[in-house]
Amino acid sequence: MRDLLWLVPLLPLLGALANGLLVGRRASEKTVAWIACGSSGAAALLGVGVIVDYLRVQSPRPFALPLWEWMSPGVLPTVAGPANLTIGFGFLLDPLSVVMLFVVTFVGFWIHLYSVGYMAGEPGFRRYFTYLNLFLVAMLVLVLGDGYASMFLGWEGVGLCSYLLIGFYFDRESAADAGRKAFIVNRIGDFALLAGLFALAGRFGTLQFAEIGSQIAASADALRAPYVLGLSFAGFVALCLFLGATGKSAQIPLYIWLPDAMAGPTPVSALIHAATMVTAGVYLVVRSNAIFQLAPGISALVAWVGAATALVAAGFALVQTDLKKVLAYSTISQLGYMFLAAGLGAYAAAIFHLATHAFFKALLFLAAGAVIHALGGEQDLRRMGGLWTRLPRTARAFGIGALAIAGILPFAGFWSKDAILSAAAASGTSGHWILYAIGLLTAGLTAFYMFRVFALAFLGSFRGDPKAGHHLHDAPWTMALPLFVLAVGAVAAGWLGIPEALGGENRFGRFLEPVVAKLAVNGVPAEPAALSHAAEIGGMLLALGIAVAAILLALRIYRAGPERGAALSRKFPRLHALLEHKAWVDEVYDATIVRGTWGLARLAAKFDARAIDRGLVEGAGRLTVFGSWMSGLFDRHVVDGLVNLSAWLLDRFSRSLRRVQTGAVSNYAFAIALSAFVLVCLYAVWR
Amino acid sequence: MSFLAGFLQENGAAILFYLFAGLALAGAVGVVTWKSPMNGPLSLLVTFLAVAALFLLRHAGFVGIVQIFVYGGGIMVLFLFVIMLVNLNRLEASERVWRQTPWALLLSLLFAGVVGVVARANWSGVSTAASAERLRTFGGEVVGNPQALGQELFRSYLLPFEIASLFLLVAMIGAVVLGRRE
Amino acid sequence: MSPEAASSLWNVGTEHYLALSLLLFGIGLFGVINRRNLITILMSIELMLNAVNLNLVAFSYQRGDLLGQVFTVFTITVAAGEAAVGLGILLAMFRLRQTTRVDAANELAG
Repeated sequence: MRDLLWLVPLLPLLGALANGLLVGRRASEKTVAWIACGSSGAAALLGVGVIVDYLRVQSPRPFALPLWEWMSPGVLPTVAGPANLTIGFGFLLDPLSVVMLFVVTFVGFWIHLYSVGYMAGEPGFRRYFTYLNLFLVAMLVLVLGDGYASMFLGWEGVGLCSYLLIGFYFDRESAADAGRKAFIVNRIGDFALLAGLFALAGRFGTLQFAEIGSQIAASADALRAPYVLGLSFAGFVALCLFLGATGKSAQIPLYIWLPDAMAGPTPVSALIHAATMVTAGVYLVVRSNAIFQLAPGISALVAWVGAATALVAAGFALVQTDLKKVLAYSTISQLGYMFLAAGLGAYAAAIFHLATHAFFKALLFLAAGAVIHALGGEQDLRRMGGLWTRLPRTARAFGIGALAIAGILPFAGFWSKDAILSAAAASGTSGHWILYAIGLLTAGLTAFYMFRVFALAFLGSFRGDPKAGHHLHDAPWTMALPLFVLAVGAVAAGWLGIPEALGGENRFGRFLEPVVAKLAVNGVPAEPAALSHAAEIGGMLLALGIAVAAILLALRIYRAGPERGAALSRKFPRLHALLEHKAWVDEVYDATIVRGTWGLARLAAKFDARAIDRGLVEGAGRLTVFGSWMSGLFDRHVVDGLVNLSAWLLDRFSRSLRRVQTGAVSNYAFAIALSAFVLVCLYAVWR
Repeated sequence: MSFLAGFLQENGAAILFYLFAGLALAGAVGVVTWKSPMNGPLSLLVTFLAVAALFLLRHAGFVGIVQIFVYGGGIMVLFLFVIMLVNLNRLEASERVWRQTPWALLLSLLFAGVVGVVARANWSGVSTAASAERLRTFGGEVVGNPQALGQELFRSYLLPFEIASLFLLVAMIGAVVLGRRE
Repeated sequence: MSPEAASSLWNVGTEHYLALSLLLFGIGLFGVINRRNLITILMSIELMLNAVNLNLVAFSYQRGDLLGQVFTVFTITVAAGEAAVGLGILLAMFRLRQTTRVDAANELAG
């Protein structure tokens, strides 16, 4: 069964091709939905089958499925000596990719089903599902790839699909701009990523994970020798990979595209910008953990950037009035948590949080989508309220998701957040207590802003447009069922990682253990030291207490509406302004980078118009005109002259000859006689 | 008297020749110069008859008589008929046709001269003594000129004879068609 | 065969006939080329034909051969036919142009 691994990405590809090319323009939504959900569902089922087979037989050894050799350019001269480069394409199953595979296909399928109800009646129904299936294909290639090359193929693929789906409502300027922004910012990160890949390929002659892993293990010390820019080889590559990750996973400084990406349909936000694509950066870092372990400075950078991003994004989420924007900043913040864990070496914890976050964030987005759908497109929190009674199923689902993200026992988020905070507390990295404090503060902020949203949306009385209020109806089954399933996941997913401190076996952590390279180098520990059980329980209680306090505070302030909150923010005007304007980061970028690029482009255009258009093109035109004038001259005088000459000659001759035709018969008779005479003379002479 | 007879007997042929030659020439010049519509054809008739006599002097009896009949009796009558039909009053004086007259004169004289020079080249001094006899003989017999000529004509030259009669038929049809009044 | 006396002024030989025929021919040629009246031209043609006949007969006598006379018969036949057709043409042209002047038929001018 696990041999059919290659079929898992192929099924949604066939679905995308069928919907995109074969299905007619006037096909029913039912046909399109069946093809799309069918192919993603089949991929999910097949994925489960493959995983079960793998777990039974081969775990934890990786199962490789190389498919074909993509390029083998030959021998390259590199810093470390000549390398014989070959790049292949194939798939790999190991504990890490198993987790990712399950998350992607499972959550992916339920979001496909949800979209059937959400996008019903939309004019681009078929196009939507084509893109969504295509995204699934790219994401699967990304997580199943057996090397950086295959992964990069999927990386770019999800970038493309993200662009297509963010800009799905392409007639809206905001959506089109958001799609472009996402793609371009991603591209900046990808530039760094490619530099890292080139370095890897040049050094190791291959991009396969397994081979690179073994080569790193063999030459760990050599990789820490100084390489370029004051960094070691490992440090350089790690930095490049991390920069790529910040682009894809929306960390400082390349997070600016994610809030704008909310212009796309809400299921897209749920799938791509919460559960899967944005987690690709975390996956990349965890997959490359061997390199990061050899570059402790860069790992520390990763942790600090993650923590900072988590805190700052939570702060921004605090003051947002758009429901989806809150969730977007929340995603950025939670991704920061994952990078914090990865930077501290707690790779398993990072992936654990990735998985739980996929469930509850997708749940939150889908519930928010149901609310927006029910209100006919309203997204402003100030015009919602009192929806607990009107949309009970949606409200309960959202509530579960909010509790999960806030880290309340026994929901999923509690366990994964605890794993990260414990890792921060136990870490040997300098300044790790500050990191711990930032994590704790962010957890509190998370709980607070999440329940602010909950209160504003579902409690109190309805503050919205009365007409929208009349059309209120709870979600249809296609939307409610996924909510239910994801809610179950949001509750139960964390139970796989219950730590030993509370009597669990930390199955999740143990499962992912083989993925982490064991490189004990120069006293740098391969894994963060574990906390004592008592300390861990203490930490749990501390975090729980902060979260509960934050929830109660938020409910108190906001249960009657936004007025009390607004009054509160007026007491801190400068802070509020800073947060509200998102620290003017977008404006700064625009003034510097964007305008700089525009200026360059204008300069190039001017050069093109002057030197090239006027100079070369016009010059060529003038040359041609001159050439044709010359040939015209020749034509008029020489050619026409010849023609005219022959006509003139003919005229002169004929004028002379014409005189013979006098019409007088006597002249003709004379001519005959004359000719006869001449003939006689000739005869005489010849005799 | 006998001198005259002797003279005539000796030179009679020559005198006859010169007489008729002169008549022929006079008639020819008359054809070309006479202005009156009647006199021209009559002068031509004189030429015809003179030529007929000249034929006879050369022992071409049949041809001479045929000349008188056909030319004098046929062609000349035809001319006279046509002149009367056309009601010609006066043959116009010959005006110069495009400065052609001196050239025409010159050409005519030259033509005659050259042909004469050419013709003399090969045959002077050939005997004509038995010619008269031979012109009357056919198949060894002396049968008279018409018979000899007829035998010759109908034996050796039958095809041309028949063609000539066809030609006469065609000419007759042609003349009828041309002369028809529309 | 006894040598014959050469032709001279009183001994008429073929040369005399030849000279006469050439003169008649020349006069006839002059008439054809230079005269304006179609009838005169036709008569001049008959003159030329007569000259030819004279020539033929003279040579026939000189050779003792009847061929020349046979030819003459044919020539006379042709002359008669030609005279008839020629006069027919003259009649047709007269009806068209009301004149027998030969330069009335000048459609070929140009």
